[in-house]
Amino acid sequence: MRIVLIEDAMLIEKEQDVVPFRNRVKEYAVKIGMSVVNQTKLITAASELVRNMLKYAGGGKTKMEVISEGRNSGIRLVFEDNGPGIKDIAQAMKEGFSTGQSLGVGLPGAKRLVNEFEIKSSPGEGTVVSIIKWKNG
Amino acid sequence: MDRIPILRMGNFLLVTIQIDLYDRLAINLETDLVNMVNKTQAKGVLIDISALSIVDSFMGRILGNIGDMARIMDAETVVVGMQPAVAITLVELGLELKGVHTALNVVKGMELLRLKIKDLDTGEEEDEEEEEIATNEDSTD
Ligand SMILES: Nc1ncnc2c1ncn2[C@@H]1O[C@H](COP(=O)(O)OP(=O)(O)OP(=O)(O)O)[C@@H](O)[C@H]1O
Ligand SMILES: [Mg+2]
Repeated sequence: MRIVLIEDAMLIEKEQDVVPFRNRVKEYAVKIGMSVVNQTKLITAASELVRNMLKYAGGGKTKMEVISEGRNSGIRLVFEDNGPGIKDIAQAMKEGFSTGQSLGVGLPGAKRLVNEFEIKSSPGEGTVVSIIKWKNG
Repeated sequence: MDRIPILRMGNFLLVTIQIDLYDRLAINLETDLVNMVNKTQAKGVLIDISALSIVDSFMGRILGNIGDMARIMDAETVVVGMQPAVAITLVELGLELKGVHTALNVVKGMELLRLKIKDLDTGEEEDEEEEEIATNEDSTD
């Protein structure tokens, strides 16, 4: 069973919110004793997703959770926006696909860096991405 | 603080990034460095990122841009001190730092820059010089 131990949230409205958000995520990762490599992977994935939210949806809400399942603990992050949404998720998840003249590494890269990755989006409905990084895993 | 200081050392420009950068700061650094290379005709740029705890695609792009633009103006760029966890993460993210060289630390970075610049400067003489070094090494053995 998955239990939520701590719940926190942060609004992302401007570029200056990115670093404080990353720092908050880091605090929780340190709190559960996550290794530096896993911390770095989690925070980098979070940074990509929060940037997408700013760039394509003009901002949104983030939720941070410290979760535990059996003996394992982890961090769950949710990124929710009310932006234009994504028409073709499979295409957006492809390496190198970008509608923003960018490298298109954000989504596929973030997925590789975490243990669980879920994206829900449809045009006009906004986008929700949730990720989990386990302390051991 | 909205600017990162750039130090000039002879032919080189030196930048130490001491905090995780806000985007604006990173973009300013890119512009400032390019302007400085142009103004000082520097031949090498050394960027110490040992204090950076993460490099995401945005920061990676800034570093790449600096390298590309410096090269257009005939200068080489070396990024030094990347934390191991950052290097591992960058590979998994799928981001290559194109346009810049990397080195373990400032000292190694400087060595690399000197080497690169000599390569560019000497052209034909390069071979002779290498031979000379080789001969010297032989004689000391
Ligand atoms: N929150 C979002 N809302 C709407 N569209 C999005 C959102 N996030 C991603 N997208 C779409 O998915 C595409 C791929 O995103 P991804 O992060 O992989 O690449 P990118 O942001 O274009 O480039 P990079 O992340 O390399 O700078 C984007 O170009 C955009 O069209
Ligand atoms: Mg992106």
